[in-house]
Amino acid sequence: MAAHLSYEDQKKSVFKGLMLLGAITLVEVFIALLAKGHLIHGVEFKHGIGHGLYMLLMVGFSVYKAYFIIFQFMHMAHEMKGLALSVLLPTMLLIWAIIAFFHEGTVWGRRREQIKGFNETPAQSSPTGKPSGYVIPGTVLYQRG
Amino acid sequence: MADTSVTHSHDSHGHSDESQLWEGGVEPFKASYGKLMMWYFLVSDAFTFAGFLIAYGALRFSMPTWPEADFVFASFPFVKAHWPLIFVTFMTFVLIFSSVTMVRAVQEGHRENQKGVVFWMFLTILGGATFLGSQAYEWTTLIKGENMTVSQNPFGRHVADGIYLNADGTEAKNADGSTKTFVKNDSYLIHFHDDKPSGLVYHSDGNRGEHDGLKIRYTTGIDAGKVSEAAFGPKAFGALFFFITGFHGFHVFSGVLFLAIIMINAGSGLYAQRRNGYEMVEKIGLYWHFVDLVWVFVFLVFYLL
Repeated sequence: MAAHLSYEDQKKSVFKGLMLLGAITLVEVFIALLAKGHLIHGVEFKHGIGHGLYMLLMVGFSVYKAYFIIFQFMHMAHEMKGLALSVLLPTMLLIWAIIAFFHEGTVWGRRREQIKGFNETPAQSSPTGKPSGYVIPGTVLYQRG
Repeated sequence: MADTSVTHSHDSHGHSDESQLWEGGVEPFKASYGKLMMWYFLVSDAFTFAGFLIAYGALRFSMPTWPEADFVFASFPFVKAHWPLIFVTFMTFVLIFSSVTMVRAVQEGHRENQKGVVFWMFLTILGGATFLGSQAYEWTTLIKGENMTVSQNPFGRHVADGIYLNADGTEAKNADGSTKTFVKNDSYLIHFHDDKPSGLVYHSDGNRGEHDGLKIRYTTGIDAGKVSEAAFGPKAFGALFFFITGFHGFHVFSGVLFLAIIMINAGSGLYAQRRNGYEMVEKIGLYWHFVDLVWVFVFLVFYLL
């Protein structure tokens, strides 16, 4: 692939790339089927540490595949450093986007549960006894059980 | 710039003298205008795809349950049995192969081998077309077979343990007389049939039993004891699936079109005249590899996690 490699070496490295990407994909799918309990009866990693490890492994394999495609197939390894940095550095912003939006999503979910809880609790229209302190006329006081 | 004396020299050494100049200046990063702009287009495209995939993640995190990939994507052409994830693995291999043939086309371009370029580009186009056909099959199965649309997602997972009930409220029984139960995180699929308005609920506890009706009673969780109806899964799943894989498929489709145009140009000898190592093939190659790169993450997010 590199300009300094001979033609035969270039062809060999392409074949190696094919084998590498294919092997990683097969391993990924094998682990996925194993983790989801399709291969060995009673064996699965759907919860707890096993699940965390599974996620980490899958993300790791995918990032490696991405690295390989960019640096070997797209020849980023043979471009000038400035070009590589001007392409790769901006994408690092996505790390923050992932953290922020996944946190945001979790909060949406929590809010939805909270609102569901409020809606299911019957509101008590008038609390017994005089309210303490000043209440704006017309205000309806609710009590959540 | 140090090299201001260089303006328009067409007779200097090397075969890419013209492309080295950007309107009289020195080219930045030793890359031609077209190649550098292809890289920056791909950066912007990466952000678009990242936006979609992050939206998928955020919505998934906001839901108490989410359909399980190995339950949703389990069909294979001409196979009645469920083969989870096997078909998408095949699609992944098709894209990897077409990426590899693209690398070969670029290499032959550097050697100014016109026949080699056309041959390997043709194989790349075949790969792209095979991928599109596979995706058409996948979409057809989900839309026609399982009634999944952008606004309806029949796949769900139970949020707690429970029992399936008959229409009259009694507990549903299996053929062997045992009670039909489900446990938390069991996958289900709701089909409405014209002749059976009650709907069919499948659950995936190994035997994928069927239950005619939607009524269930949870036995654990905050809703324990309550009788309720099994609902469709998170709506966002259908919309995200069709938009993201559709957007990727559209990239593959336009990639196939541009590959075809460039293959025809290469075959006509247009790029051989330019004597710049078939740079056009290299540029469409960058785009094609990017489409494969995006698939790595679509594959990760939709099918593996």
